[in-house]
Amino acid sequence: MPGFLTTWFDPFCGPVGLFSLFLSDSLLACGDAGWGDEIAGGVLVTVSLALATLPLGLVAGFFIALAKQSNEKSLRLAANVYTTIFRGLPELLTLFLVYYGAQIGIQQAMRAMGADLVIEINAFIAGMVALGLVFSAYSSEVIVSAFHAIPRGQYEAGNALGMRRGTTMRKIILPQLVRIALPGLGNLWMILLKETALVSVIGLSDILRQTGVAARVTKEAFMFFGLACLLYLVLAILSSIVISAIEQWASKAEMKR
Amino acid sequence: MSVAERLIAPKAPPAPQPQAWTGQKLVGHSLMGLWVAASVGLFLFLVGSFDIEKIRTYGPDYLSGLWITLQLVIMAVAIGALVSLPVAIGRMSANKPISWLAYAYVYAFRGTPLIAQLFLIYYGLGSFRDTLDALHLWTFFRDPWNCALFTFTLNTAAYQAEILRGAIQSVPRGQHEGAAALGISRWITFRKIVLPQAMMVALRPYGNEIILMVKGSAIVAIITVFDLMGETRRAYSRTFDFQTYIWAAIFYLIIVEALRNVWAVLENRLTRHLKR
Amino acid sequence: MPISKAFTLAASTALLAVTMSAASAQDVVRIGTEGAYPPFNVIESDGSLTGFDIDIANALCDEMEVECEFVTSDWDGIIPALQAGRFDAIIASMSITEERKEQVDFTEKYYNTPPAIAVPKDSDLTEATPEALAGIALGAQSSTTHSNYAEEKFADADLRLYPTPDEYKLDVASGRIDAVIDDVIVLSEWLESEDGACCKILDTLPIDPVINGEGAGIAVRKGEDELREKFNAAIQAIRENGTYQEINDKYFDVDVYGS
Repeated sequence: MPGFLTTWFDPFCGPVGLFSLFLSDSLLACGDAGWGDEIAGGVLVTVSLALATLPLGLVAGFFIALAKQSNEKSLRLAANVYTTIFRGLPELLTLFLVYYGAQIGIQQAMRAMGADLVIEINAFIAGMVALGLVFSAYSSEVIVSAFHAIPRGQYEAGNALGMRRGTTMRKIILPQLVRIALPGLGNLWMILLKETALVSVIGLSDILRQTGVAARVTKEAFMFFGLACLLYLVLAILSSIVISAIEQWASKAEMKR
Repeated sequence: MSVAERLIAPKAPPAPQPQAWTGQKLVGHSLMGLWVAASVGLFLFLVGSFDIEKIRTYGPDYLSGLWITLQLVIMAVAIGALVSLPVAIGRMSANKPISWLAYAYVYAFRGTPLIAQLFLIYYGLGSFRDTLDALHLWTFFRDPWNCALFTFTLNTAAYQAEILRGAIQSVPRGQHEGAAALGISRWITFRKIVLPQAMMVALRPYGNEIILMVKGSAIVAIITVFDLMGETRRAYSRTFDFQTYIWAAIFYLIIVEALRNVWAVLENRLTRHLKR
Repeated sequence: MPISKAFTLAASTALLAVTMSAASAQDVVRIGTEGAYPPFNVIESDGSLTGFDIDIANALCDEMEVECEFVTSDWDGIIPALQAGRFDAIIASMSITEERKEQVDFTEKYYNTPPAIAVPKDSDLTEATPEALAGIALGAQSSTTHSNYAEEKFADADLRLYPTPDEYKLDVASGRIDAVIDDVIVLSEWLESEDGACCKILDTLPIDPVINGEGAGIAVRKGEDELREKFNAAIQAIRENGTYQEINDKYFDVDVYGS
């Protein structure tokens, strides 16, 4: 049934979709006549890419933040090298390094091991990895500063109650950490959403790529690129609504004084 | 002499305990080992594929691309700073339409990708050639470099306006009130009391914004302005040698790290009176 | 593409992102092409690929009795993608040049046409000489033999490099650039179409074998001699059995194979 559901609730080309209801005679019509369905597909790719990158970047960012907090000097250093590199490189370059470089690297490694396998990194995965690297580098900073905002007493209280370190982390520190880091992470999500546009350069059919193709074919560049900007704006507005809802929910747990 | 010293004879400190190989240490050392191995590998790769002919052919292209990148960023940030002033003032204005307009501008430019803005201005305005011609603006928008500078300026102005507004509003009300109590005019209050404090707050975000511009500028080659990234892609598409990308990465990392260090020194100097 | 299909597509790309395939399975030959170079290869608005290259590729695959699967790639990254194994051969009007031969192996040519320069109809340019083109904004697709041609022969022109021909078409139509250089067939096809109404061919340029190479060939990974020879034999066969001529006549009035 998911196929039926997505068809029915398709906000652009479904039976009650924006494009099918109001723009069926224009260049944005759905189906073969117009570009509505292609662009709707682009929106989906953009959103799926951002959503797929988010957990990757968050988990990696969390572990890098832990490494940065470590007492072990080498671990801190390794984490700092990581953030220096991925915060310093342009996102587009990181994307190329992953898309071409990782492919060549894997290929050579496979050949060296004598395996006759072709492992393919497609544009979606390359985008996910590259944006995940960048996202994790930035989110580790946000998480580190959230860690700093949690007083030592919280850890000590965990110890005093005889909790193990993992339990303290899970039951005491993490819930507070999430609340403190949320605004910063929300910001990073907005940045991520915009950075997915770069993946159009390596050929993923996201919003920008699809509107670009439409612009070139129809010669209506202003309309289609304007539409692209508008779609990104809508996504940003929707995101900020969701983020503030999450923030509300998280702050409910805060102690009332 | 205290009681404690008389009762307990001084002793040498305990010998440092040999550090155990904890899990953290193991992970840390192996990750560092990975980084070292990667950099040695890269170094060997660069040495191994060293080709004086390639450097002679593409070296000057890289430098000219680097120069384009720097010019674009410096000009966009400088002009953007000027544009951001009225926008920030508009944002803080009590006049609803003005503040709303400024907000819409800031939101639109911060809510959409830079690359989409670049396409909109470059290709989008191209379809209004006749109108622009009539307004004598076409000579400006005809040139891709101008389009890139225009887009980047508008984009960074939106971000800078928010930085400026945030910084000015971070100055406590008491500072205004204190100045008012001393009979200092509003303009002098702003210039001598509020602005210096706001700038201190804004310093770090400004630095970050410049770094974001350096990184963001890597997309201009798509509209035929061949910056560092564009020259890199061109060199790669002719040689298919991966070291072209490695060199670009080194260049960008050097620029960004240099900026960060300059900013750290600046911040240190400007905020030394706040240290205790 | 309805969104449900797009969703399945996105989901499957995400799930099957790391696809593995044994390189030895030769029954399906994956062919890389660009899809932005009409009339040779172009993506239609319904997403299908058409064009001279595509028809030739299909004819060759029929001849070789293998199944062909098309994969599109951006021009800039098409050779790295071949090397990385995203596909097994490039049939995308790629000229056989010395620079490219260092990276990939080529079959014999399957067509050869000269470059040309197109200008807006009201252009003051009368000839395509280095002197006449000095200082004018000349567009070309980046990393093509035509952009190399412009760099070498018209060094004083203000060369602008675009990712695909579509972009220089937009810019020459808006008057942002004064002239474009590309394959004569590509330019004439465009000029005959509705959007090409703006412009005319200024001149056809002589082929320079060092820059333009020996014509367009099929690129395969280095050392894949078996596949290369199969393609060569197939090109020979369709030249002889008339299939090539049929495809040629479907698209062009002239013989594009060259001498």
